[in-house]
Amino acid sequence: MKQCVTPTGKLTAYGEQIWSKLSIDIKKELWKWMVRLRAYDQQCMVWSRQGKILTYAPYFGQEASQVGSAFALQPQDWLFPTYRDHGAAIVHGLPMKHSLFYWLGRIEGNRSGGKWRALPASVPIATHLLHAVGTAWAATLRNRPTVSLALFGDGATSEGDFHEACNLAGLKQLPVLFFCQNNRYAISTPFGEQSATETVVEKAHAYGFPGIRIDGNDVLVVYETVKHAAHKARLGNGPVLIEALTYRLGPHTMSDLPQRYRMMEEEREWNAREPLQRYQQLLLDQGVLNEQEVQETKRSCQQQVLESMNQVLHAASPPNTHLFAHVFAVLPRDLKKQRNEVVGRRGMDACFEYD
Amino acid sequence: MPVSNMIESIRDALGIALAADDDLLILGEDVGRYGGVFRATEGLQERYGPDRVIDMPLAESSIIGAAIGLALEGYKPVCEIQFLGFLYPGFEQLISHVSRIRYRTQGDYGMSMVIRAPMGSGVKSHELHSDSFESFYVHIPGIKVVVPSNPYDAKGLLLAAIDDPDPVIFLEPTALYRAEREEVPAEIYQIPLGAAKLVREGQDLTMIAWGGMVPVVKEAAVQLVEDQIQCEIIDIRSLYPFDQDLIVQSVKKTGRVIVVHEAPRTLGVGAEVAAMIQEQAFLFLEAPIMRVTGYDVPTPLGALEHVNRPDVNRIKKAVQQVLHY
Repeated sequence: MKQCVTPTGKLTAYGEQIWSKLSIDIKKELWKWMVRLRAYDQQCMVWSRQGKILTYAPYFGQEASQVGSAFALQPQDWLFPTYRDHGAAIVHGLPMKHSLFYWLGRIEGNRSGGKWRALPASVPIATHLLHAVGTAWAATLRNRPTVSLALFGDGATSEGDFHEACNLAGLKQLPVLFFCQNNRYAISTPFGEQSATETVVEKAHAYGFPGIRIDGNDVLVVYETVKHAAHKARLGNGPVLIEALTYRLGPHTMSDLPQRYRMMEEEREWNAREPLQRYQQLLLDQGVLNEQEVQETKRSCQQQVLESMNQVLHAASPPNTHLFAHVFAVLPRDLKKQRNEVVGRRGMDACFEYD
Repeated sequence: MPVSNMIESIRDALGIALAADDDLLILGEDVGRYGGVFRATEGLQERYGPDRVIDMPLAESSIIGAAIGLALEGYKPVCEIQFLGFLYPGFEQLISHVSRIRYRTQGDYGMSMVIRAPMGSGVKSHELHSDSFESFYVHIPGIKVVVPSNPYDAKGLLLAAIDDPDPVIFLEPTALYRAEREEVPAEIYQIPLGAAKLVREGQDLTMIAWGGMVPVVKEAAVQLVEDQIQCEIIDIRSLYPFDQDLIVQSVKKTGRVIVVHEAPRTLGVGAEVAAMIQEQAFLFLEAPIMRVTGYDVPTPLGALEHVNRPDVNRIKKAVQQVLHY
């Protein structure tokens, strides 16, 4: 397992090499993003418990994988996230506000306007890996230096579409990165009960491309690995499977009870290995950060989260007829009739504008 | 005017579409070198190359899933699924993504793609080669479903489907691929999706069918003339959206209806047609709407296919029942 920063915040020998290559700006940005995403995620868990948003899928504990992977992308690159990867989507361009719309059950949160290249979170497991293969194929056909990054969990490797996607990507040697956050559990089922192989990464071999196993709680190694793999993919070296070892410190969703399937002791162990603290410690030790900056950044990130929610709560609701918007490019006649059935129902008059 | 069978007119349409749009791709199993198991794409890879007419791995989810990514990047995928009964591994991509991406992205991305598949019985094929589960696809909001019943319509509907900004499932009755030859113009023409076709005029009863059942219904109508019965025939052709007006207009004239399909009866498209008619023309009905359909059994193997598939005698019997209700 490749690692740059140990759980206590020390650089490994490999980490020393990477550290010396990176600008201060990048080192700080990686940290800031983790602070921002942590603030957002923690607040969403609270809001979900309070019933202010719907049930919520936290990425708590996986911030290094969320930030490091998406931060390594370029604006023209495609991101295919799951419902637990809104952190990565935010890094790639999704405004926090849009993410909040989504967790409020409002579809307008899915809209990108093409400003960042991503599909909305995929709920069916592993199906989006094939979409990443498709956009990567398009890049190859059009001879464009675009990379597609698909995020998924360890459970997804049991799905047929994972294998189909790897097979096709390997066959055509497409610029697609398969980034597996192995957080040990598919809801309650441990990886050992999903797969005969001990690792995810060894599966890459069967599909004709390399696999790399990294510490998914180490933002530096995640960033460096994805950046390097993306660079190689742009040059035509084909796909890479990255297995990032991490741990979901929170529940699967806010309706889940982790104590039914895992021990407190295990959670404590992984708490000690969580991603933000170790990286922050490294930056403090290296003099890149000081305590005052830490406190100020935390405060401003928290403020940003609250402001986003405030904007969302003040945004006009869509009219009921919005139910029918964008089912087709042009509504068929019968659907227009169905649409007319809801005209006049409450909320119809509210005007609604996209950001 | 040139004369073609349905497979030739489909090939003709695909060739026209490939020539007209550099971003149009054909993806499927054995569609390249081999020209497709029914030869719908014969010669097209030679003309347009392996990057445009693409032999895919034997994986239907890959065909549809990768087509989604290609469509996101502005390509126009025309996927061939070898048989409708082989589409099931790709069904999740269809129902969870293809049909919803325009909606889920609120119009940022459309899914302009066509998925072609041979469907239905009548050639005594093996298991899963004769499935006729068109209602699955009609039931999915966000996609259109088209079933031609003759070479002329096949070309015009396929060109319209390819031009459509939304996903279209294009179902080709296997039994009709080489059943008849008719004049099919060489030039480009489109038949709008959502328009049914009045195949035959009559005042006694309306027969509604699509795809492989249209020739059977036509034959029944010809035989019924001997009994002084004049049947009107409507070929729906486009199962979603479907042409309610033409049907209602006909029912108001005849007052009697039978719907014929080879798919199992329960929740087949015939149920929707019947429900629509009683909602819109109840007072014009002289008799209950009768369905002549496949039975609610798994698609049979070749030997008993003819028992399940509506034939002229079953249709004639239903017509008599409706007329003498």
